[in-house]
Amino acid sequence: MKLQRVLSNDLPRSRWLSALLLALLLALLLTPWLIPGVRALNVAAKVMVFVVLVASFDLLLGYTGIVSFAHTMFFGIGAYGVAIACTRLGPTWLALGLGTASALLLSLLLALVIGLFSLRVRAIFFAMITLAVASAFQTLASQWSELTGGEDGLNFKLPDLLSASHRFSETAWWGVQLDGRLLCYYVLLAVTLLLFLTLLRVVNSPFGRVLQAIRENEFRAEAIGYPLVLYRTVSSMLSAWFACLAGVLLAVWLRYNGPDTSLSFDIMVEVLLIVVIGGMGTLYGAAVGATLYLMAQSYLQDLLQLASQALSSWPLAAALFSPDRWLLWLGLLFVLAVYFFPSGIVSRLRGSGGGGSGV
Amino acid sequence: MKPLGIDWKPLALVPALALLALPLVGSASSWITLTAAGLAMGMIVFIIASGLTLVFGLMDVLHFGHGVFIALGAYVAISVLGVFPSWTASPSIAANLLAVLPALLAAMAVAGVLGLAFERFIIRPVYGQHLKQILITMGGAIIGEELIKVIWGAQQVALSLPEGLRGAVLLGDAAIQKYRLLAVAVGLLVFGLLTWLLARTKLGLLIRAGVQDREMVEALGYRVQRVFVGVFVLGSALAGLGGVMWGLHQQNLVPQMGAQVNVLIFIVIIIGGLGSTGGALIGALLVGLVANYTGFLWPKAALFSNIALMMAVLLWRPQGVYPVANR
Repeated sequence: MKLQRVLSNDLPRSRWLSALLLALLLALLLTPWLIPGVRALNVAAKVMVFVVLVASFDLLLGYTGIVSFAHTMFFGIGAYGVAIACTRLGPTWLALGLGTASALLLSLLLALVIGLFSLRVRAIFFAMITLAVASAFQTLASQWSELTGGEDGLNFKLPDLLSASHRFSETAWWGVQLDGRLLCYYVLLAVTLLLFLTLLRVVNSPFGRVLQAIRENEFRAEAIGYPLVLYRTVSSMLSAWFACLAGVLLAVWLRYNGPDTSLSFDIMVEVLLIVVIGGMGTLYGAAVGATLYLMAQSYLQDLLQLASQALSSWPLAAALFSPDRWLLWLGLLFVLAVYFFPSGIVSRLRGSGGGGSGV
Repeated sequence: MKPLGIDWKPLALVPALALLALPLVGSASSWITLTAAGLAMGMIVFIIASGLTLVFGLMDVLHFGHGVFIALGAYVAISVLGVFPSWTASPSIAANLLAVLPALLAAMAVAGVLGLAFERFIIRPVYGQHLKQILITMGGAIIGEELIKVIWGAQQVALSLPEGLRGAVLLGDAAIQKYRLLAVAVGLLVFGLLTWLLARTKLGLLIRAGVQDREMVEALGYRVQRVFVGVFVLGSALAGLGGVMWGLHQQNLVPQMGAQVNVLIFIVIIIGGLGSTGGALIGALLVGLVANYTGFLWPKAALFSNIALMMAVLLWRPQGVYPVANR
């Protein structure tokens, strides 16, 4: 069957999950028409970027069973690659391509070096070393202001075809202007779909099976004859590439990049949370998790606002529920999710209960 | 003479590095100042790292929430120091120490008690599951940091040194800040006590044996997990102590300080070898010295100097300078 080939034989295997994914796809396709306004479009674009980012992290965490804290570093490299190239070389397609290509090259090299240094020894060093490298990189990006714009970041222009001033038609279709911004949205959607399906192909390939074998029992996988370091390093390089491309998408959509938008540790935490909630070891979890999380994020802050106002007579309680402290509640949610819900939403929907990933 | 069985090569690294930096720095007086600063920073980092390396080594627990106890200790100290305004403002060092001592003790006590709770509620349910440990301790660290923001506020707070500990001692041309001498003294005291505990007591014997081969010690009938709870509490208390020292060293506090220091601590532990306190000391001194020398010689590279140092050590000894843990 065609669909089976497109999804690399990894079907959702659950009526509810299929419905959810289909609804998500339809919603993303129709957002410009269904919900007018810039805000909805921005949320939808962020969902797409995060689907790619989280799915690429799942390749590492869920499929290979290694924890990296440098994932936002690659995300940032992609975003900065485009931002710097377009600032320096002007808004041309060449700049866009050059920025993406050099960002991909840099991510590949960095992932290779980190992987060879840390995965050679013990997989757990990887988590610590990536944390160290990522924090150094974050400081570098905010201090090297001639290149990166420092804390302020970079605002840049894209080729005219992708900007709102470019009109394809003078008349609006069902109330939507056919401009470059709309084109940009659909390009983003197409690239997201392509990247997601490619990742699906990767994890369901023989290579992906080896990764899962390593996750389940590294000793046995090595005994069968698969070199652990090689597979783990290639997995981290691939995941770095996809994270980098997610960064490119983010920068293209926002036409801005700064340390807080792509490099901050909060994003790393969000990615971790989404992978755990969605379900480790299934890419559909990334899609479902990213959508639910990003919707809940704005919702949670509104809810906290209400709670904080209701509790304003007790200062400490009000401080606990202040919208600025939303990370506290997310952290709590995260810990509870790891305890009681380790297999994530997708395995629940699939009804298989305890999935693998008990590393 | 009987060979002592000590591996001297890593020990020689610290003086070798210091001597190597001498011609690069140029003037002897700035070299002395930098070296003293590096040693002091290294000692503070060692205080924090010593407990964590045992936690890693003994139970194979990947604890990413250590930073919270650092920040917690520092914030408790700021509250305690606020109780003795006259003693901290007095120029007499004795009065200053009288104010700092309760702050240190309170920080250790609070961090220790919370460490007990952290171990019970966050770590115990996930023994033996590395992935979950990393995730859940990370979650615990986020919660802790946010709670600190709730209690003490999210903005930066100044933590000034007591009056008598400010300023420097002159050694020829070289100026050595008084506080750095205190930091080295406290660090040496902690190292001495830890060495005594590990080398001369039954408990220390169990800890060292447990780090080397936990299953064997358990097979002999000891409950390593109980020992581990003690080690975890001790490690958290030391992190609290180190946090106060670090806060006084930086002279300001932000709730994120724990996460910042955590990065340094991981580098130190990787350099030293998981589970080795001696290795942690050497790693911490190396990190402190390298940070200060490169900060002086080539400030732009200071960010990456520690990572470069770690990579160099790993090329030489992939398990850290003193590999202990038998895993």
